[in-house]
Amino acid sequence: MASPKRDPGTSGVPWLRRLRALPNDNPVKTLLVVLLVCLCASLLVTGSAVLLRPAQLANQERERQARLAEIIAQLPGGEAGPQVEARVVDLASGEYAEGIDPTDFDQREAVKDPARSLALAPERDIARITRRAHHAVVYLVHSGDRLDLVILPVYGRGFGSVLRGFLGLSGDTREVVGLVFHEHNEAPGLGALIDDRRWLAQWRGKRVWDARGQPALGVAAGEVAPGSPEQAHLVDGLTGATWTGQGVTGLLRFWLGDDGFGPYLRNLRDRRGLR
Amino acid sequence: MSGYATLFVQAALVENLALSFFLGMCMFLAVSARVETALGMGLAVLVVQSITLPVNNLIHRYLLAEGALSWAGLPDVDLSFLALICFIGVIAAMVQILEMVLERYFPAIHQGLGIYLPLVTVNCAILGGSLFMVERHYSFGESVVYGVGSGFGWALAIAVLAGVREKLKYSDVPAGLQGTGITFIAVGLIALSFMAFSGLQIG
Amino acid sequence: MKTSLKQVFFNPLVNDNPITLQILGLCSALAVTKTLATALIMSLAVTSVITLSNASISLIRHHMPRQVRLIVQITIIASLVIVVDQLLKAYAFEISKQLSVFVGLIVTNCIVMGRAEAFAMRNGVWRSVLDGFGNGLGYSWILILVGSIRELFGAGTLLSIEILPTLSSGGWYQPAALMHLPPSAFLIIGFLIWGIRAWKSEQAESSEFQARPTSSSEVAR
Repeated sequence: MASPKRDPGTSGVPWLRRLRALPNDNPVKTLLVVLLVCLCASLLVTGSAVLLRPAQLANQERERQARLAEIIAQLPGGEAGPQVEARVVDLASGEYAEGIDPTDFDQREAVKDPARSLALAPERDIARITRRAHHAVVYLVHSGDRLDLVILPVYGRGFGSVLRGFLGLSGDTREVVGLVFHEHNEAPGLGALIDDRRWLAQWRGKRVWDARGQPALGVAAGEVAPGSPEQAHLVDGLTGATWTGQGVTGLLRFWLGDDGFGPYLRNLRDRRGLR
Repeated sequence: MSGYATLFVQAALVENLALSFFLGMCMFLAVSARVETALGMGLAVLVVQSITLPVNNLIHRYLLAEGALSWAGLPDVDLSFLALICFIGVIAAMVQILEMVLERYFPAIHQGLGIYLPLVTVNCAILGGSLFMVERHYSFGESVVYGVGSGFGWALAIAVLAGVREKLKYSDVPAGLQGTGITFIAVGLIALSFMAFSGLQIG
Repeated sequence: MKTSLKQVFFNPLVNDNPITLQILGLCSALAVTKTLATALIMSLAVTSVITLSNASISLIRHHMPRQVRLIVQITIIASLVIVVDQLLKAYAFEISKQLSVFVGLIVTNCIVMGRAEAFAMRNGVWRSVLDGFGNGLGYSWILILVGSIRELFGAGTLLSIEILPTLSSGGWYQPAALMHLPPSAFLIIGFLIWGIRAWKSEQAESSEFQARPTSSSEVAR
């Protein structure tokens, strides 16, 4: 019978005193201690998760906005803060969807809703995202009547995480103005190099389409030989992060292809400034 | 099928949990003094990893992930912040069960393996594997392959290190580097060599 | 027989350093030392967790049921880590992205579990707090040192402030690419251990195998 080491008289309640005096291996006491620890732990964990959630969501949103502003800043005159117009595009037809408010539309929610998205066949799912929402938000920058910049949100599986970013194309959709990733969880020092400014700077000026009108952007397997034909479309690969590089290629080709913004971009080119 | 083969090679070599991510290091350095103990530990990790990864995958998909509880009529609930504590609980429970099963039905194996099992519970590689599985949204099949592959990779790494350390015993190492110091440097060099696998492409 | 409070706190800094002597807590120590900033935040996270977990476990140590001891400790530690992780995501978002799963892996950090079992279960709350804090600091200074070396020689910066102008930004310094790779942390710690044991020779281990001195008749011709 274990005797308590401290004076149990400090707690006046008799049954509490008896509880504390129980040997630690007593099943009832074991259960009670465990339950108490679980209760405190749950309160602590859940409390912090719930309280901190708004701040976390705000962080993610702030980050997304910052990345968007970053792409725009790469446009000559972009630092002046041109007007950015957000429109919702119906991906299948390539036309604007008028009934949906771009500030309200959350692509991540839509993609999970079977009524607002479709499942992708494995051979077409080169970005490895399994499903695709019917709509997406695009951002347009005009100067006067001319379309200067088309910003497309793109995402796909990298090596260990989903890479989310923005691809900025020139107004005629033929050249890349910039590429930026605002969300990913790739390996620090390896795949996370997609955040490296110097690597991202390589994308500027790359030509989007090949001779057959198919998306030709991508990350090469190694270094791109200067002067080679692929230099027009590819950037240097990331050492030690081949899979991440392939992920970037996959997501770019998917979203520029017929299952992504392909129809929309074709419309833009054909009609020169779809309003 | 080739997807699974690629995943296996990737988990075992390219993304070796011990040598690329340095998970399970404490155990790694303490147990790799002799090849026999290293193999025992490696086998224990392999078995536990192969069991816990798929189980954690199921738990995450049907209980914790955002929208996972839609089968119970609660589609808005997101319990993913509990993943950490759930996984470690599952791992501890699985190890306990495994130990009891071994003791009862396979006493010979329990003799060889039994002492390592409690250590496996707090092996970063096990928990790390489950956390990576969540990050990469593996399906059930993929998590089985990843479990076996990553466990195998860890076992391979620790066996290699044990072999090197046994040879190092006969080397004339400066006094300050003896033991721990030279092991660190050896592991660093082995890790560098494993980076060669990152260019490997299958199919 | 009881070590003084001062010893409880100062021992883990060098004499009984968790990384270089006890060889604990390596997993997170190696992957997050690429920059000083990540090393600092990680040190902060680990030190907080060790101190708080030591305190909580010491609080209930007299009532801890023996059979479920381990899992109760793990539960407490895991809860603390989740809270730290949530705090980082809310207030240090950039860094938490870089740290990715390694914050979560503090749960299995051998130092935390090790001190809980070896110290907090047997000592009063205040002593456990000091021990936790001391071990945390011991862990932290190694991390900060390795992080500084790797960032300084790998990128020429410290906390993203340029110290050695690199070639790519028009300077003279050719960064040591090895420092970008995780294995460099191992090598640095190996040499650090050498340095510490040269200073404190009582920490040096003896060789397991003593070569027999050759006699002249055995010398190969």
